[in-house]
Amino acid sequence: MNYPVVKGAGYALIQANGMLIHHGTTQTSERRKNAEESEHLQKLPKHLRSFEDAVKYPPNQAYIGNITPDDLKNISRPWYENQIDDASRDGKYGEIMPEDEFLGLMKIVDIFDLVVLEEKFQAGVKAKLADHPILAGINKFDNMDKNSSTFDEIQKMVEGHLAVPLYFEGKLVGAVKKAHEFDEALSAHVMFENLVSKASAAYALKLLLAKTGLNTEEVDYIIECSEEACGDMNQRGGGNFAKAIGEICGCINATGSDTRSFCAGPAHAFVEAAALVQSGIYKNVVVLAGGCTAKLGMNSKEHVKKGMPALEDMLGAFAIHIAENDGVNPVIRTDAVGRHRIGSGASPQAVITAIVTDPLDGIGYKITDVGRYSPEMQNPEITEPAGAGDVPQANYKMIAALAVKRGEIARDDMAKAVASFGMPGFAPTQGHIPSGVPFIGHGRDMILAGKIDRAMIIGKGSLFLGRLTNLFDGVSFLIEKNSGTVDAGFDKEIVRQMIGEAMSDFAKTFNAQ
Amino acid sequence: MDLENQARIKDLTDKYGKEDLIVVLGGAEAEASGLAAETVATGDPTFAGPLSGVSLGLKAYHMFELKNDVDADIYEAQIGMMEMVLNVEEIIEEVKTYRK
Repeated sequence: MNYPVVKGAGYALIQANGMLIHHGTTQTSERRKNAEESEHLQKLPKHLRSFEDAVKYPPNQAYIGNITPDDLKNISRPWYENQIDDASRDGKYGEIMPEDEFLGLMKIVDIFDLVVLEEKFQAGVKAKLADHPILAGINKFDNMDKNSSTFDEIQKMVEGHLAVPLYFEGKLVGAVKKAHEFDEALSAHVMFENLVSKASAAYALKLLLAKTGLNTEEVDYIIECSEEACGDMNQRGGGNFAKAIGEICGCINATGSDTRSFCAGPAHAFVEAAALVQSGIYKNVVVLAGGCTAKLGMNSKEHVKKGMPALEDMLGAFAIHIAENDGVNPVIRTDAVGRHRIGSGASPQAVITAIVTDPLDGIGYKITDVGRYSPEMQNPEITEPAGAGDVPQANYKMIAALAVKRGEIARDDMAKAVASFGMPGFAPTQGHIPSGVPFIGHGRDMILAGKIDRAMIIGKGSLFLGRLTNLFDGVSFLIEKNSGTVDAGFDKEIVRQMIGEAMSDFAKTFNAQ
Repeated sequence: MDLENQARIKDLTDKYGKEDLIVVLGGAEAEASGLAAETVATGDPTFAGPLSGVSLGLKAYHMFELKNDVDADIYEAQIGMMEMVLNVEEIIEEVKTYRK
């Protein structure tokens, strides 16, 4: 069978301290409740880290591919005290960007003149982006010559609630205006979140194109799977982020659409992409998502209390290329897709059975036949101080416990199994971003290098947060070493020959009688 | 503890009184479970939710402590596996602290 392959991966991180302080919901909620007396809001700025520290932070280097998850395992924690001194912002799979450049990128991707930057700031950022190896030639770069403003004008817009502010290093440097007089779906706040998502996803797609050599014209379809909604008051989640992002990156032959399922959205999107490619409807599909400003500094209260840096200062984004079987790249086993069914039940055992062992059973594999599992890859250094524990480790223990229950391993070997198929979490807590996807680049490389034969990517989603259902969601898929043979499909000549031989054999038998 | 849950527990206590009411926790970690037990006993220590400064005096038990009080098959199917995954003793010790 011709399974589709994972042909390339691009990853982006953007450090966004100004957004953390002014737009992260932990901070906006605090500001709404007690702006004047909030101890947290007063202390938080002292816990922000520099861009250099964000670049040197080992989990961020793992996210952009400069170190592997196994390398990260060998770096002592706390990782923020064991930085990689010679780290680069440029990575094997992507890049880390500072906030000023990103504000410029937001202006570039803004088609409706909503992003206004202070004139000197705009000129400075334009010069930086003009030197950027990947972004210099991006569509709409000429937006950086348009529509700048003075500090006073920007301040007036923000104070008049006509725009939300943009800060860099504590200074007001711009704003995002509302896109309609009273439509809440086009408010300044919503437009800001959507433009951040669009700009960061476009950045990840540009990185994928540059790092893997995929041609813009080759992209047939884009599936966007963030957790934002774009639309207006008559269709609040109308879409379509995918085409908006493809347009900026010059993917003129692509169409696309958006897929949503909270943090499980990306896993659903990969299954859809794999199906579209295997069916032959499209040859090259890109699954991508941008970052989420609301979650910046989500657990910062606990980080501040414990004297740590505010580590949730990174917007995450990714773009992954799914293509027709080339006989080389790892395949997506479309006959082993795990899914939490509506009737699966919510107990941890039922969930892991539905997502992990049901698909493996279907193709005769055991839990230990999978070299690596990539569940929710949240960085434990961020979640542990907030009382949420080590999320990937908890998932690995559950998978190992199920292996014990199924008699596949002895109870005493649980820790050994976890160490063998587990990895430390290294992704920012951006919901859909850590959900399985960060390992696809590393997993592809490990399979190509013969270090593992297969990996399972797991996405989980908390659907109950939307208050429409109490259901949970989970989807998984298996990526596996390519057998090296490409099924050429139905060959009429060979079939004709086979029928001829069969008829000849039949005639011989007939004659013999 | 989740602010929504704090509000629910407060409403249930107002409605049914605290005499025959216990809180059953399902937390995966000792510190967070202890925090929840403390919140329903003496009030929200983080002063973030509806139980800030409200001492309900409710007793909280972790589900692991009630193993012998529920149907064994259902327990096994629902959380049996988690006994192998979580630090059961540490969680129970922490939750117990707030019933003294």
